[in-house]
Amino acid sequence: MTSATVAPDTERTRRRKRPEASDRARAENSLGMRLVAPAIFLMLLVTAFPMLRALYLSLFNYSLTAPEERDFVGLSNYATALTDSLFWRDTLNTVLIMVVTVAVELVIGFVFAMVMHRVIFARGVIRTSILIPYGIITVVSGFAWQFAFSNNNGFVNGWLPLIGDDFNWFGQYGSSIVAIMVSEIWKTTPFMSLLLLAGLAQVSEDMLEAAKVDGATWWQRLWKVILPNMRSAIMVAVLFRALDAYRIFDNIFVMTAGANGTESVSFLTYRQVIEQFQLGIGSALSVLLFLSVLLIAFLIVKIFRVDLAAARQEG
Amino acid sequence: MSTKNKIGVVVGAVLILVWCLLPVAWIISLSFKSQDAITNGSPGFLPSEGGGAGWQNYSDVLADEQFRRAIFNSIGISLIATVLSVIIATLAAYAIARLEFTGKKFVLTLALVIAMFPVVSLVGPLFDMWRTFGIYDTWPGLIIPYMSFTLPLAIWTLSAFFREIPWEMEQAAQVDGATSWQAFRKVIVPLAAPGVFTAAILTFFFAWNDFVFGISLTSTENARPIPAALSFFVGADPFNRPASLLAAGAVVSTIPIIVIVLLFQRKIVAGLTSGAVKG
Repeated sequence: MTSATVAPDTERTRRRKRPEASDRARAENSLGMRLVAPAIFLMLLVTAFPMLRALYLSLFNYSLTAPEERDFVGLSNYATALTDSLFWRDTLNTVLIMVVTVAVELVIGFVFAMVMHRVIFARGVIRTSILIPYGIITVVSGFAWQFAFSNNNGFVNGWLPLIGDDFNWFGQYGSSIVAIMVSEIWKTTPFMSLLLLAGLAQVSEDMLEAAKVDGATWWQRLWKVILPNMRSAIMVAVLFRALDAYRIFDNIFVMTAGANGTESVSFLTYRQVIEQFQLGIGSALSVLLFLSVLLIAFLIVKIFRVDLAAARQEG
Repeated sequence: MSTKNKIGVVVGAVLILVWCLLPVAWIISLSFKSQDAITNGSPGFLPSEGGGAGWQNYSDVLADEQFRRAIFNSIGISLIATVLSVIIATLAAYAIARLEFTGKKFVLTLALVIAMFPVVSLVGPLFDMWRTFGIYDTWPGLIIPYMSFTLPLAIWTLSAFFREIPWEMEQAAQVDGATSWQAFRKVIVPLAAPGVFTAAILTFFFAWNDFVFGISLTSTENARPIPAALSFFVGADPFNRPASLLAAGAVVSTIPIIVIVLLFQRKIVAGLTSGAVKG
């Protein structure tokens, strides 16, 4: 290659480990940074910058209906939110929805993944079908389930034994929240099962065979071979779904609009900011919501690490 | 496999199909019930005797100016956001898969944090910012958030994909006399195209499904996308919605997704799992 052709293109193809190529390393470094710059700029523009602004606005008493009366109130918005029973009720709701839906999805999703892993016939049909709930707009699935549970024109009451045909699912808290969870679980189980299927594919068949030869029962193989080998796939799936479930908004908005105390933290935040124009307290809620999500992520990673260590000691 | 296992797999497969398709069949059935039957109560899965409406709900929905406008907005906004997001993600993913540079970790961490971000946290400040910039209730006002929220998924999918490409082939082509540009275009681009395409489909799904930005960053039919339009397709009373019309609208808005799933099933599965598990 002549020096005339040493354009960015050839720098890119050079071998990385040559120590004397410090000029090239520098060129590669700057090319890399230039290539990721647009992505970083965009991501920061829509998240970091607004988040910092939320942090700032949360220190003010600021309503969009009376912008001139904005004044600095320190942390009092946080005090208001954290001492408000509404905030805690919504937080409990959100945690309840998150825990129940993720637990149910993990079990059903795992069963689905096992079936998809073993199934020989109609593979294409099943894989296509499982993508349909994933692709459908959450708002549409919310509507479908709301109408399905309706005592006026639904089919659920007619199909379920022990439940009267005129039972109003949206008449009280318990059954409303069940209906919301059903819709959420229906929509997101496929995602969970696809991630678990990918994890299942990484469990070695040889090891399973060996366990079989050693006389391990199906149950023992599941707990001693399959699940431990899928730990990282399960952790990723649980982490993603839990954080996603904690943001629940669409289903609640469509199905109950927060009636009967079914509101989530996201919904409360939305109501404060967009419906009531209370940017100060709304921003404080935004910050609290973000902190909760960080806390959950931290806890899940932490819990799974403890599991990892414990399992290793066992082995 | 023993017979017992085989039966289990068959039962499981049927269960999966019922699980996935039942609500879809239900909403289609609902969309063929007449408005009268719905108002007077029409429980049950299929339209009752005399309670069918034929294609009436569909023609009503398609005749609705706001609904047509929302479909147009959704298609336009989602497509533009997808194209731009995938271009930017391709550059970033290429750099991550091929180059050593400072800040690589930062990009990946940032992408991870954003994928977990509670979207509602941002609507307040964005609502305020977009009004200042004058892009509240416009297409760019939605395209920009969609782009930044689809970038993490696209970057992961693509960089997992790019890592698998045998980059030595590029040099082999050069040894055979191709210029570096020719080598890149003729060898690497065809290999990379399927990954880029997969990332594009997933990005499109995300944009098409968004609800939070759609209802908070728009106020008129200027830019309101289809999920938001469907949810506002109601009277004041959330318990008395025009169910059959809504169902028809829901079916129409689902058709693009079903078509994409049917055409590109294999790619979508590969993209979803490679981005999340290997990335």
